[in-house]
Amino acid sequence: MLSTRNVNKKFGSLVVADGISLSLPKGVRYALIGPNGAGKTTLINLITGMVTPDSGEILLGEENITSLNPFQRVRRGLARTFQINTLFPHLTALESVTLAVLEREGHAHNWWRALSSFSAATDEAANILKSLHLEKSLEKETRELAYGQQRLLEIALALATRPRVLLLDEPAAGVPKGESAELFTAVEGLSTELTVLFIEHDMDVVFRFATRILVMVGGRILVEGTPQEIARDERVREVYLGAGHAA
Amino acid sequence: MANAKRYLEVAFWLCTLLPFVLTPSYLSLASQIAITALFALSLDLILGYAGIVSLGHAAFFGVGAYAAGLIAKHYWTEPLSGLLIAGILAGLLGYALSHIVVRFRHLALIMLTMGFGLLLHEAFNSASAITGGADGLQGFRVPGVLGFKFDMFGKTAYAYALGLLFVCFLITRRIIHSPFGLALRGIRENATRMPAIGAPSLSHLRKAYTIAAVVAGLAGAALTHTTSTVSLEVLSFGRSADVLVILILGGAGRLYGGIIGAVIYMVARDQFSGINPQYWYFWIGLLLVAVVMFLPNGILGGLSALYKKRQ
Amino acid sequence: MLWSAVGVLFDGFAYGMLLFLLSVGLSVTLGMMNFVNLAHCTFAAVGGYCTVTVVNRLGWPFLAALPLAFVAGAAASVLLERLLFRRLYRATDLDQCLVTIGVAFMSIAAFAWFYSTEPQSARPPDYLLGSFELMGRNFGVYRIFLAVTGLVITGLLVYSLEQTRFGARIRAAVDNQRMARGLGIDVDRAFLYTFGLGGGLAGLGGALSIEVIGLESTLPLSVILVYVLIVVAVGGLGSIRGSLVAAIVLGITDTAGKYYFPWLGAFLIYLVMVALLMWRPLGLFGKR
Repeated sequence: MLSTRNVNKKFGSLVVADGISLSLPKGVRYALIGPNGAGKTTLINLITGMVTPDSGEILLGEENITSLNPFQRVRRGLARTFQINTLFPHLTALESVTLAVLEREGHAHNWWRALSSFSAATDEAANILKSLHLEKSLEKETRELAYGQQRLLEIALALATRPRVLLLDEPAAGVPKGESAELFTAVEGLSTELTVLFIEHDMDVVFRFATRILVMVGGRILVEGTPQEIARDERVREVYLGAGHAA
Repeated sequence: MANAKRYLEVAFWLCTLLPFVLTPSYLSLASQIAITALFALSLDLILGYAGIVSLGHAAFFGVGAYAAGLIAKHYWTEPLSGLLIAGILAGLLGYALSHIVVRFRHLALIMLTMGFGLLLHEAFNSASAITGGADGLQGFRVPGVLGFKFDMFGKTAYAYALGLLFVCFLITRRIIHSPFGLALRGIRENATRMPAIGAPSLSHLRKAYTIAAVVAGLAGAALTHTTSTVSLEVLSFGRSADVLVILILGGAGRLYGGIIGAVIYMVARDQFSGINPQYWYFWIGLLLVAVVMFLPNGILGGLSALYKKRQ
Repeated sequence: MLWSAVGVLFDGFAYGMLLFLLSVGLSVTLGMMNFVNLAHCTFAAVGGYCTVTVVNRLGWPFLAALPLAFVAGAAASVLLERLLFRRLYRATDLDQCLVTIGVAFMSIAAFAWFYSTEPQSARPPDYLLGSFELMGRNFGVYRIFLAVTGLVITGLLVYSLEQTRFGARIRAAVDNQRMARGLGIDVDRAFLYTFGLGGGLAGLGGALSIEVIGLESTLPLSVILVYVLIVVAVGGLGSIRGSLVAAIVLGITDTAGKYYFPWLGAFLIYLVMVALLMWRPLGLFGKR
């Protein structure tokens, strides 16, 4: 569904992406792991178009999206969430998600019809929020929401764009351990048509929710495989998991 | 709560009719206030709702004023059609400039908007054969609108300006409550998130900038029609700075902020300038500092916070 | 024809040095703290009015008044920084603009109150006035004085920035504030000193400018402020070299424009600024 071919990026002399070629088939849950500074968020930025690669290509489905703007990629079905909450502080949860739905439907340019007449969009937004257990927070301003709820809102915004591929940048960052499992259950409940790639540091979560794992170190993909394969891999243990991790 | 707001709004607009009855000798000031309020409303659209800091918005006001003046001087003196053309011309300029303006932020944006305003001011100053240069455009008279005369009592002028303000207010309110209005707020709240939800932010901003230019142009044209003169000052940096101060005073992003700000600013200026112009500069400076430090959402924001506290 | 060009270049260069003195402080503080200070020319006016007072009312010699103008400008800026500006470092661009414009308004009122709105003058000593002839062209002595003073100050600035520990701290704080703090550099103090230095230079510039552009109570929000902002925006925030280049270019362009195309007015300046900003929004030598 999503693939990259030999993507390279340097900032000065710092190589953040070194010949990255990957291929994510439809419906698979991928975890992207690696030490801090390995270039994981940069990879998401490269794929979504916020950063331009020095060379290489990015394909969504059959289409080469390398030259498209970020918002054009979203329109083609590529959505992402941010590691640090990047939300609309004074908009309510419902307004935020409704906006995403309206943009998707191409209604956001409409300046003569009242917002309240777009009930289909509002209903869909409400449903998305309900599916993430945020039904009680619909009318609350984003800045009034609890941190965990804001992380869920991040995901809701991405879902509202009806993506085919969803990139989650540390979706449970800062969320206490008990709640993060809840968050991931919600992610797990997403359609099996959806390809998901999530960056995560918590190995328990990774092994529980990912069907395949990508390990990234120093801008390169070190190895790719099933959780069992990765857990047994010597190189990964050396670099990342540490000597005492149980298989 | 929603009903109380409705009543307040209706009461407010009814109060705008008071000058006809209560202070008929101040009707020309009232016209000026209405026109300035309309100008501030146009700035609110880009500053308060889309977050574009512009120090050169007078460019559109001035273009509208000169367009109306030139039409009245060389072609015909019917104001409503002049209004329409002035708005369109200002809008075209806004559309052209918007392609540049929306790509910049921070100091570069401030300097560019200021720069465009200054460029236009110089250009109109230099083209004195057409524009009258520093003396302004004179030698024409707009007799009236729809059969009513613009006379020294100022009734028609105020009715004209007020009517225009009300119509544009209704349109702006419609925009604010539309999907486009929500998109603008989204850009203001978090410009980074917008492309990530598939929003063509630059396109939205260009549209907002163009609409704001049209409304500013209408305000400028109304000034020309009600005073039958155009002074170079309509394009000045001072006017751009004034309208910014007015909007912040009243409260940006609150629809009525520009109107409230205009009323307070212009009434105060009228009173103070009579006494001593230096007083004016001092107190407006102090008020500006105080509002930004203590009332960050302007007077309307302060009132709204007070109301919420009471609840 | 060519020789008159030299005259224009010279005058423009001197004007540029004046603009540099007026602008460099703003460029460094903007680059360091991202603080948009539209009241910067208030410090210039403070220096100017100080000079006027001591020269005209106290009979001081002009040259002795110059260091005082520097001190006055520095004191005024430090005072404002401690009292008001330090609360605004995290505020938005717009808020900073508005508060500093408000301060500028108040200063205009204050100057008019104490000195009236009449243009002021402070006569430099005779040996600094007049002109001398060189190959058929007149060169103003005062302008030579301006150019020399400007170059000397520039040299001092660059020396202290590049060669002293204090200068190194300033450069670190401009480059990367967080990192500088992490290294134990007292960024707030560095900023205070820099702010004071910038205000002092503006005060000195204000005093020097009396002879060239006059002094009125509206100086804080006059076209001089616009030119200062252009120098800073085009030169690049935090760059002394950038301010120098931009100021000289602006000075020469303005002088040449007034000499060769007087009907254009300042149009050329604004056009060049807009074009340069569109090409390099962060300024010619800007970092951020």
